[in-house]
Amino acid sequence: MSLFNNPSLRPYLVFGIMAVLLTFVGVTQSWGVSLTIINMCIISAIMTLGVNIQWGYAGLFNVGIMGFCALGGAAAVLVSSQPVGEAWSAGGTGISLALLSLVGGVCFVYILHKVWGKRPLRNTVTFIAALGVYFLARHFYDPASAAIEAVDPAKTGYLGGAGLPIIFSWVIGGLFAAGAAWFIGKVTLGLRTDYLAIATLGIAEIIVALLKNEEWLTRGAKNVTGLPRPVPYEIELQQAGWFIDLVSKFNADVLSGLAGDERAAALQTLVMDASGIFVKLCYAGLFSVVLILLFVLCQLALNSPWGRMVRAIRDNETAAAAMGKDIKARHLQIFILGSAVVGIAGAMMTTLDGQFTPGTYNPLRYTFLIWVMVIVGGSGNNLGSILGGFLVWFVWIEAEPLGTWLMDVVTSGMDPASALREHLIGSAQYMRLMVMGGVLILVMRYTPGGILPEKSARK
Amino acid sequence: MPEIIDILNALVLMTNYVILPALTYGSQLALGALGVTLVFGILRFSNFAHGDTMAFGAMATIIVTWWLQSMGVSFGPLPTALLALPFGIAVTAIFVLLTDKVVYKHYRGIGAKPITFVMVSVGVMFIMNGLVRFIIGPGDQRFADGVRFIFKAREFKDWSGLDQGLALRSSQVITIVLAVILVAALFWFLQKTKTGKAMRAFSDNENLALLSGIDPAKIVRITWILAAVLATVAGVLYGLDKSFKPFVYFQLLLPIFAAAIVGGLGKPIGAIAGGFIVAFSEVAVTYVYKKFLIYLLPEHLEPNSLMQLLATEYKFAVSFVILVLVLLVKPTGLFKGKVV
Repeated sequence: MSLFNNPSLRPYLVFGIMAVLLTFVGVTQSWGVSLTIINMCIISAIMTLGVNIQWGYAGLFNVGIMGFCALGGAAAVLVSSQPVGEAWSAGGTGISLALLSLVGGVCFVYILHKVWGKRPLRNTVTFIAALGVYFLARHFYDPASAAIEAVDPAKTGYLGGAGLPIIFSWVIGGLFAAGAAWFIGKVTLGLRTDYLAIATLGIAEIIVALLKNEEWLTRGAKNVTGLPRPVPYEIELQQAGWFIDLVSKFNADVLSGLAGDERAAALQTLVMDASGIFVKLCYAGLFSVVLILLFVLCQLALNSPWGRMVRAIRDNETAAAAMGKDIKARHLQIFILGSAVVGIAGAMMTTLDGQFTPGTYNPLRYTFLIWVMVIVGGSGNNLGSILGGFLVWFVWIEAEPLGTWLMDVVTSGMDPASALREHLIGSAQYMRLMVMGGVLILVMRYTPGGILPEKSARK
Repeated sequence: MPEIIDILNALVLMTNYVILPALTYGSQLALGALGVTLVFGILRFSNFAHGDTMAFGAMATIIVTWWLQSMGVSFGPLPTALLALPFGIAVTAIFVLLTDKVVYKHYRGIGAKPITFVMVSVGVMFIMNGLVRFIIGPGDQRFADGVRFIFKAREFKDWSGLDQGLALRSSQVITIVLAVILVAALFWFLQKTKTGKAMRAFSDNENLALLSGIDPAKIVRITWILAAVLATVAGVLYGLDKSFKPFVYFQLLLPIFAAAIVGGLGKPIGAIAGGFIVAFSEVAVTYVYKKFLIYLLPEHLEPNSLMQLLATEYKFAVSFVILVLVLLVKPTGLFKGKVV
């Protein structure tokens, strides 16, 4: 027990346990499953790092993680899918004009609002001008979007993307999320802390609604599938000579006992299995690079004078303000940075899936689960956030079969045909919501620091 | 110049598709926002579990309703759910009081920051969310019975001789009547009774109220019970009017918060005004004005597009825009709510 209580050894211990759990899944289920979990764990960990910047460093409560994550996903589509020339010629000009009038109009309304100054009817004039801009943009937008959506709707019906390697979208996704965060932060920071939470809840719903319904942009509910990969495809690997050689070298002892057709058949199965694992390993490598890079940056930031200032603001805003710190500006900065990291993770997730399905974004999975990760792992501690991402995702994935199995055992005494038993087994998946809520409340109550609490000089 | 008959037709159209639905929806939102605002005024945090409390209350009521229906009990022309409502309220009140005892009480004791309360309310929301889906499932549930219409569109057409029909659904009347009764009772309670006065004193200045010998435990208890009553009634009315689906109740959180903030957090009268502002804007902005304009405009000006300001999918954007506008222009809300 003393080992667990030793703060300097604790990270090694808990990450060791995590490694054992993942190895256990690899051995008992399969290495493919284990690697799939690891990949999602890494993405979760990056999201958790982003949220930790906001909550752990500055105490900002962001309930719109889903929205920033979806923006990252949209970036993956816009960067990587092939442009649809026909759609561009059908409605490209209209959409550009609509966008132009929207941007120009917003600038115009803003300047008008400033210039109007103290003259009467300021808000009314601004409102009417904004309404005018809206109608102007709609005038160009309506026919253009209809024209684009009519271009081969079963296959395209959208403008397509830039046709660039999907890896660029990780940066673009971060920028998209940062832009949305700037807007929200500008409006709500500096007011009550709850307002940020409520506003982010709203913007997340709106972003997802936009991505679901604006078919000209991301095909909406029709989904974009078959996004290009940053790593090789299984089918290419299975035909590549070097890969087959590699597999046969690895499995030399198994193959040596076989000959002729038998050997060829065995080799083929091995290559099939290995190609899947190799692809997942490539993803894991790429994701790990991003995770390590972000972790190092986060650590450097947290231990810099900037990090100390931010924590001082979190712990006592009044005192920090008295020392001349610009609280609103720092909060805005942190909110943008954290959201950008979430956006990066969102783009990575869409890259991993190879498809963008706006219909699957739901707040319980994409917002509140991430929160549980942050709280459980240890808010304010970057390593803790990463652990939280790994551990909670692992539990979330493994809890479903476990819950169903548990329910099966609990109800085994009942009549197999009884409606209650069927209902209980069918509803077992909702047990995880309750478990997550319970974990959140229990951790907040009994170990508010989480598994790896924030290190503080004077505690 | 349009003829009188066209103006009448346009007005009927407006009443049928905008005014009546918005009044109903506004009453539901107002009840929800009242619950949020009461909890905010007394306990000083935004309760993210409120939407799921509504779902929970509605679920409890639905189950009792089904039981009553299976026993052959009915409420004549009114929906059986109204008979089941007191049971639903009781179950919800007990559950909410339990969450206060198990979860929130500890944080009041240690004087935690409001944001900590918000976070644990998210935890509570998770649990209620799971519980509702576990018990009743995530799908749509219909439990409305009794008479569906007070008068139908066709009956109105025959009676008035107009082209446009006007239908009055019983759920709309029940919603509005019940909301008026509940709000009147709530205001009477807050203004006239000793406990209500104590609650308002506690909301205005906690320390002063404590010095005057007000029992905080009792105030908190009453607040939670009131919140449970308001949430359950709002949830059941929404379910009767549309249908019961757990996820929709979670999504109601945004318009409800918008309503409470527009009116001024902690101000009951503001919550009601806010509820109607949000509801009317939402319905008016997503309404298709084509037919309406055809009646009123001369022939050469008639629109050929739908004349819809915003697609229905974006109705949440309306609450959000209202929220942002209020935060930008007047963060305390229309009725000067809690200082920000």
